[in-house]
Amino acid sequence: MTTDLSNGLVNPVEPFLRSDRMPHIWCPGCGIGTTVNCFARALIESKIDLQSLVVVSGIGCTGRVAGYVKLDSFHTTHGRAIPFATGLKLANPKLKVVVYSGDGDLSAIGGNHLIHAARRNIDLKVICVNNLTYAMTGGQTAPTTPEHSITATNPYGVFEPSFNLPHLVEAAGAVYVARWTTYHVRQLARAMSEAFQKKGFSFIEVISPCPTLYQRRNKLGDGLETMKYYKEKSKVRHGAPTSEVGLTMTGEIIVGKFVDRDRPDYQSMMRAQLTESLGERYVQNPEMVCS
Amino acid sequence: MAKGRVSIVVERCKSCGFCVEFCPTKVLALSSAFNSRGYHPPHVVNPEKCSGCDLCGMYCPDFAIYATKVPQAGEAQ
Amino acid sequence: MTADPHGVLTGVHFIDGDHACCEGALAAGARFAAGYPITPSTEVVERFAARVPTVGGCFIQMEDELAASIALQGAVWGGAKAFTVTSGPGFSLMMEHIGYAAMTETPCVFVDVQRGGPSTGLPTLPAQADMMQARWGSHGDYEIIALCPNSPQECFDLTIKAFNLAEEFRIPVMMMMDEVVGHMTEKVVIPPADQIEVVPRKQTHKRPDEYMPYETNGDMVPEIAHAGEGYKFHVTGLTHDERGYPNMTPQAQDKLVRRLQNKVLAAADRIAMFEEDQLHDADVMVISYGITSRVAQRAVDIARQRGLRVGKLRLITAWPFPDRRISELAGKVKAFVVPELNLGQMVREVERAAAGRTKTFSVPHAGGGVHKPEDILKVIVEANR
Repeated sequence: MTTDLSNGLVNPVEPFLRSDRMPHIWCPGCGIGTTVNCFARALIESKIDLQSLVVVSGIGCTGRVAGYVKLDSFHTTHGRAIPFATGLKLANPKLKVVVYSGDGDLSAIGGNHLIHAARRNIDLKVICVNNLTYAMTGGQTAPTTPEHSITATNPYGVFEPSFNLPHLVEAAGAVYVARWTTYHVRQLARAMSEAFQKKGFSFIEVISPCPTLYQRRNKLGDGLETMKYYKEKSKVRHGAPTSEVGLTMTGEIIVGKFVDRDRPDYQSMMRAQLTESLGERYVQNPEMVCS
Repeated sequence: MAKGRVSIVVERCKSCGFCVEFCPTKVLALSSAFNSRGYHPPHVVNPEKCSGCDLCGMYCPDFAIYATKVPQAGEAQ
Repeated sequence: MTADPHGVLTGVHFIDGDHACCEGALAAGARFAAGYPITPSTEVVERFAARVPTVGGCFIQMEDELAASIALQGAVWGGAKAFTVTSGPGFSLMMEHIGYAAMTETPCVFVDVQRGGPSTGLPTLPAQADMMQARWGSHGDYEIIALCPNSPQECFDLTIKAFNLAEEFRIPVMMMMDEVVGHMTEKVVIPPADQIEVVPRKQTHKRPDEYMPYETNGDMVPEIAHAGEGYKFHVTGLTHDERGYPNMTPQAQDKLVRRLQNKVLAAADRIAMFEEDQLHDADVMVISYGITSRVAQRAVDIARQRGLRVGKLRLITAWPFPDRRISELAGKVKAFVVPELNLGQMVREVERAAAGRTKTFSVPHAGGGVHKPEDILKVIVEANR
């Protein structure tokens, strides 16, 4: 029986999706689609001009987000969404650039670019969906995989300490740092809205299930069980010191808005310095169109 | 009259169970029906309890369900 | 159309190849560069960093070549003409993103001021050993165009040409300089802006609802839209169809990759640039490029003085290789002599194009200096026997 129970009303998310590409490739119980709902809600609530919003992603399951959203979007190379986004933003400062990528893409191969963009305070909004693994390639160890987990490349258990991403990006210079899980849909949408309005390098980590690989290998249940774990074990601590928000395999998950500070973004600093040094000779090119 | 109304895009559902679990007023349950991919989509079991909050829509990773508010008697459309 | 005068430093200059290359980029309309310091290329972006704030544009020194080579592509999609410069080790790091530019059809320029390799090699000394890498360095099937200047003047002129070719074919174009040409100081004449021909971006004028980012017709080059113009398009490095959507099937692969190849090869004869000298009665032909061509000129002159009938062909475009011309000449001369600052790279292309109809003699040099004219002359004499 396949009665379609949609009754002529339209899903508020639908205008933001490339419906001709549905269904997407994500697994049952994967949280990435949930983050996309939050993203769409945030776009609606913050009344962003969709024409100047660009999504840049890297490679991985989360990287596929770029291909499913009906916006100017770029599916770039593994780990390099942030530098691509940097060039895009510098060439056209009017664009609002969102980097939407996964934990492996952003913190392993992309780690260098992550810390430099944060240091420079490039005006980018980074949504890091952290499913604690390299999901697309089959569930290998990522820098975020909690110790003692079983993965495809640590079949006897991970013995490396994992990155505490909020701590890393705060230390590197990010002006907005928050973490939520895919259970915290309303808070996540709100955090995204705040990040859209924030000038400078904003980083939102979203803990998300990978039921097919990470959760399955570690006998942590399916997507729903993982969501229930998030509900039960998350503790909201706004302003918590990021050094204290590291993750373990089954322990507490500290969520909240950890950092919200102000410092001039890269382009403001560039303009200020060049104006000071060059005065009248500095030619500001707000729209660098090719001649 | 219910404050909200659920719409389900049956073919997109992958039975993850998020909507059923996290609906605050327990409007939904997984049905015994199948869609063409073999998944059990949810169905509405307590329609009068729906507030139109659209948490189901926000949780759904497959964009397969959403709720809209129903204009109440006396309210402007 | 002609160049934007803001970027054109009209006049007679006494500058080196690196500096001339920067001026060429500015004259061509480049307003964005992302770079990373590497000898002997760094002066190109150092000059750009000093010049572009007064022209109207942006330079950013990125944290590595991987970042530089993709930041420039972000800038292209944001509307700018953009480039980067590097040398061997950085060129190797940039290979993935050269492939990304080819796959997404991002018009841009990569300048490689070649130095001794492999690995760290000879940072301050010349070589021409990245020639095959320029063509084949990234994975998969794709085409590039590579230009070889042999003077600071050509560093200026050919950089403009590189940008024009990049826009015309929507591909990454390689400027294959070498350390000697990059660091030699000579007269460079920069004409007035209205005498400099510049190819504009192939911008679409279709409505968003009728635009498909990778739809093409006769010339096999799609029209481009930039981010922020309302087209809501998708670009991916995955094999894709005309809509820009991933389509990972053998059929889509065949269609896409062949078009990426054919859009350049169909115009190969038009793209090919080379300079010929004294071919009318030549028994032996010296084929060279870059700084080696200047030494070769001396060797050819000496040979002619001694009564040997020697001609010279200088490759200005190394890729696509001028198959047709070399094949024609193979029927007419006894031998080709190919001096290069490497252990034999472009000589393989010469041999291939000659298809056995003439003898080919390599004059290799491991790099670190240039040939002496006698080195080349010796082989000319041998080839002439």
